[in-house]
Amino acid sequence: MPGATIPPGDGGGAATLPPREDVDIRLRADESSRVPAMFCFITALGWLLIGSLLGEIASVKMHMPDLWTNAGWLTFGRVRPAHLNTMIYGWASLAMIGVSLWLLPRLVHTALRLPWLALLGGALWNLGMVIGFVSILAGYHDGIEWLEMPRYLADPLFVIGGGMIGISLLVTLAAREVKHLYVSVWYVMASYVWFPIIFLIGNWPTFTGVESAAANWFYAHNALGLWLTAICLGAIYYFIPKVLGRPIYSYQLSLLGFWTLAFFYSLNGMHHLVGGPLPTWMITTSIVASALMIIPVLAVAVNHHMTMVGRFRALRYSPTLRFIVFGAVAYTAVSLQGMFTALREVNRITHFTHWTIAHAHVGVYGFVTFVMFGSMYYIFPRVLRREWPSASLIRWHFWLVAIGLGMYVIPLTVFGVLQGLALLDPAVPFSESVTRSLPGLWARSVAGVILSTGHIVFVYHCWWMVRGARAERRIPQFHEARPVLYEPPDDSITPVAASRRASV
Amino acid sequence: MIRTWLLMLGALATVGFATIVLIVLPQIVVFDVQAPDQLPRYTTTQLAGQDVYRREGCVYCHSQQVRDPAFTTDVERGWGSRATVPGDYVYDTPHLLGTMRTGPDLINVGQRLPDPDWHLVHFYQPRALNAWSIMPSYRFLFREKDPEDLLPNDRVVRVPPQWVPEGKVVVATPEVLALTDYVISLRRQYPVPLIAGAVCRSPWDSDGRSIATMP
Repeated sequence: MPGATIPPGDGGGAATLPPREDVDIRLRADESSRVPAMFCFITALGWLLIGSLLGEIASVKMHMPDLWTNAGWLTFGRVRPAHLNTMIYGWASLAMIGVSLWLLPRLVHTALRLPWLALLGGALWNLGMVIGFVSILAGYHDGIEWLEMPRYLADPLFVIGGGMIGISLLVTLAAREVKHLYVSVWYVMASYVWFPIIFLIGNWPTFTGVESAAANWFYAHNALGLWLTAICLGAIYYFIPKVLGRPIYSYQLSLLGFWTLAFFYSLNGMHHLVGGPLPTWMITTSIVASALMIIPVLAVAVNHHMTMVGRFRALRYSPTLRFIVFGAVAYTAVSLQGMFTALREVNRITHFTHWTIAHAHVGVYGFVTFVMFGSMYYIFPRVLRREWPSASLIRWHFWLVAIGLGMYVIPLTVFGVLQGLALLDPAVPFSESVTRSLPGLWARSVAGVILSTGHIVFVYHCWWMVRGARAERRIPQFHEARPVLYEPPDDSITPVAASRRASV
Repeated sequence: MIRTWLLMLGALATVGFATIVLIVLPQIVVFDVQAPDQLPRYTTTQLAGQDVYRREGCVYCHSQQVRDPAFTTDVERGWGSRATVPGDYVYDTPHLLGTMRTGPDLINVGQRLPDPDWHLVHFYQPRALNAWSIMPSYRFLFREKDPEDLLPNDRVVRVPPQWVPEGKVVVATPEVLALTDYVISLRRQYPVPLIAGAVCRSPWDSDGRSIATMP
């Protein structure tokens, strides 16, 4: 169990260093996954920048509709899906694949098997992304939300590439040298089983009319629930105990949270079609399953919170923990919001409005993207064997993206509700629903600039680190803030040497 | 957990169950929908127009569904005279139900706005007709020509002059004409087709609010 070997410090009791053999296991694991994981991370960061630019263009075009109207590839209806697909499959998925490749060898105490296959898989995934990206902007796309990338051109590359990565992970799992599978392993490995299945159903070519709508939202919601959520929860389950040096609060809650998530989340999809031309029983099934999501969400939230309790001061000390805990809180928030949005009483107002867009960004940004940032803050120094060069850049990154997300979500949610109330009242002309939502659309464009600035800061920081500029200091950033987790037991070990070993 | 096979089988079982409930079961019991007699097939031009609709991502701002009147006001607002049913969509691949109403619902737009000239002007410059509109201008689906270059078959669009570049006339491309043709074809006003699988909203029937009784 991660962290179990490091007793909690909390600034009080003297902590001991992890045993040498544990450190060696992690060193070997990190060494084995280094190349494929870093390849996925670095390409993911490239897609993050491209996706940010596209998101900003789409946002600005919503309130400045006469901007750049001479070129088809720049029209809103192509830039928007290009943004979504870039962020989901380019940024989030590749970052998650990087985390999986790095995490699994550590958790099963062995080297990553077939790392070259994983690397090739990552390269094919990127190739699929390039083809899909160009196709969407060129107008050659499937026209199904979340599945726009061409079915016969780009999608096979995702299946083959993802399959190669999955095989590498499965072979590693089969060669494991631990008996017990830690909870993160459940989430990560299950998602590699789930994703190809849902992706195949979503892309099934014979569906027409309303069945294609059902398959569309079956896929899109499961892409969130069984792919993005699963791996990111796996990462949270790893990093909170790891950074705190304290085991996860309850094994039973982990078990409950995992299996109920698997069972209920996969039935949620039709709540995207509430009131629509589908059999009511299908939609009701999804609404009931959405309400039942309270069980996994609370199980996970309580489990994470109880692990954190009494250690919140560590948020100052660890950038990883700061991003990860933000992501965990956002996960609880977005799940509760999603449950209520699925109810017909709420959905009649919020369906078809910008509320949904804000909700999606609490999930994919506040939860997924924050967890990925946090993971990278932990993984990069260990894989590259150097520290982050600048504490202030980390601070800038965190506050830019945190404030940017707030500025994105809060206005868009509020003005989305106003838009929805206008749409619901037949006495109010339709134009009113447009004009009422405009301030939210403007606020989003401002927020987009702030978020993108945060991304540029982070990517610059990564580049500075990867390029190998000698960091001025060798001890972890924020070490001086309050070293709650580690204090040197005696003078014989310098903080520098200790932090090197403790941080592996 | 210590057994890998248990984890993998469990993962397969959960997603398999969901697939059976939401994909396989509906295939068997519901989606054997016949096309209603009154729903015409799309013409070749309309299909080409539907393809432009898909390509330019109209679906990201426009829905094509009238929701259940039992708990929405879609009918009162005039998006249609009745809720839409699966039979209304048999010819739509991919589906274009949509998830946003940044713009109006379009499933009956052909009924509300049957004039092709209105649509052509609107595609070129929505704000020429509705000052409040935030719909993109689709100038790239038109040609801006010098009057002397006009060909005999050119469809000139009468856009108010302040929106047209000085000395140019706006000519519609075949693509935007097809799109217009498709949009005007969007009407689902015939009575609910009373054939198997077309109506599946039983929970509301008991209240006497059944859509089948609506005009």
